Amino acid sequence: MSFDPHAARADFPLLRRDHEPALHYLDNAATAQVAAPVLEAIHAHETTSRANVLRGVHRLAEAATEAYGTARETVACHLNAVDPDEIVFTSGCTAALNLVAHAFGATLAPGDEVVISELEHHSNIVPWQMLRDRTGIGLRVIPVTEEGRLDLTLLPDIVGPRTRLIAVTHASNVTGALTEVGPIVDAARAVGARVLLDGAQQVPHARVDVQALGVDFYCFSGHKVFGPNGIGVLWARRELLADLPPFLGGGEMIRRVRLSETTWAPPPQRFEAGTPPIAQAVGLGAALRWLGRHDIDAVGRHLEALTQRLVEGLHTLGTERVRVLGPGSGHPRGPLVAFDVPGAHPHDIAQLLDGHGVAVRGGHHCAQPLMDAYDLAGTTRASLALYNDAADVDACLEALETALRKLL
Amino acid sequence: MSTDLYQEGLLALAGAAEGEGRLDDPDVTLTLDNPLCGDRVTLDLHCDQAGRIAALGHHVRGCVLCRAAANLLGQQAIGQDAASLDTLQRAIKGALRGRHAWPTDERWQDLTLFEPAAAHKSRHECVLLPFEAVVEALRQHGEGGATGT
Repeated sequence: MSFDPHAARADFPLLRRDHEPALHYLDNAATAQVAAPVLEAIHAHETTSRANVLRGVHRLAEAATEAYGTARETVACHLNAVDPDEIVFTSGCTAALNLVAHAFGATLAPGDEVVISELEHHSNIVPWQMLRDRTGIGLRVIPVTEEGRLDLTLLPDIVGPRTRLIAVTHASNVTGALTEVGPIVDAARAVGARVLLDGAQQVPHARVDVQALGVDFYCFSGHKVFGPNGIGVLWARRELLADLPPFLGGGEMIRRVRLSETTWAPPPQRFEAGTPPIAQAVGLGAALRWLGRHDIDAVGRHLEALTQRLVEGLHTLGTERVRVLGPGSGHPRGPLVAFDVPGAHPHDIAQLLDGHGVAVRGGHHCAQPLMDAYDLAGTTRASLALYNDAADVDACLEALETALRKLL
Repeated sequence: MSTDLYQEGLLALAGAAEGEGRLDDPDVTLTLDNPLCGDRVTLDLHCDQAGRIAALGHHVRGCVLCRAAANLLGQQAIGQDAASLDTLQRAIKGALRGRHAWPTDERWQDLTLFEPAAAHKSRHECVLLPFEAVVEALRQHGEGGATGT
């Protein structure tokens, strides 16, 4: 199978519209555009099947419950999960990480340790700091190499007998580095610890098989996989979920409520308090079915070629003038490129690029500890999705050259 | 009014280095971050007996707008007190949000260079950060002159 980015692009109403100047959307790591089949699925659901799920017996409630369950099955299939009941819908990837920090965190004792990394998004740092401050656990940190990869040579010094969880990114939202999962799983298993991967930057671009990865928790967000906002996913092993207490209370998460006590529903409902994001789940299911129609390996090759074009183009502007972060050749990287231009602030670069229709992100990318490690306030980041093409990359490079003439 | 955010006058002000650098033995030091982008302004102040700014030094890790705003303070804030700068900071915030006109005080006439930023909501804090920092520094000085962040 081959892959045609222009055919994929035709499925995105926002990208089909005329823009002046022409739009080159390269902020996909923040939010990807939403595909027409997703919008159509949400519209169809809301206009034919809108009702609350699980409790009602009328036909609309049955239809909504069916649609919500189908979405869960679609997600499970996409991740190659053993059972749809291993899929917990949340309001986003951040909510999924907070859920684990609370539910799994409740099983930890003072002195137990959670290992994170310098490469993490704030969403995979702050919940663990809050847990540490609530319960007295220890927090250990895997540093990054100069290239922005996890320095796994230090794992033996960091993972120890009190380690209960290693929670790291699957793909960095700043350096693009892909995490070598095997050594992390091995290190965790050696001490009986669990592994969590933040897959927000990986699921939109690559095949993810949670069984093959051998991890225990995996999470991602809907709006980065061409789906709607307000929906995220936590996958966890069935037996692990079954042993965890709930995080939020109320709604579908109960089995029996008495004034004296409450017992919990089995997973996944135990972790889905309140009315869930039903239409968003339907939209996410449609997004993953749309994504699944494409040859993901061909998509990967397309994105790899574009990323290489972008990196090489940045290098031609002068490696003294533009410093590209992230792994060099020989190490895998996702389809995003962050760079620093000494003397030109990323906000100013991003603003000037916007004047040329090029949408990129400037700032710390919710990764301030990583910025501290690089001694930077922020970087400019161009992040690709399957609908981008060489013209988008070239427009970015041309606009950058113009911007730097103004700023430097 | 120019709609070009990066007009020559603004770029010149950003590069003017007015008040740039740290002060020896400041009466008050304050560091303020912009949580949206990580920009950081550090201000050192010397103040007179009446609480007016006698000397101002700044170190900015920020964009053109933030550096220009800090340099404008470096040029014009000497002799100003907490009340006048608080009023000014509120006026700038209101003008950026389109709630009222920009200040016309001759001392602050270069604020017109920031008018194009009003159309870019995500950049308002870039302009405001140095002004918020100086107001907070003077407030802390008024409460006892503590040096801190």
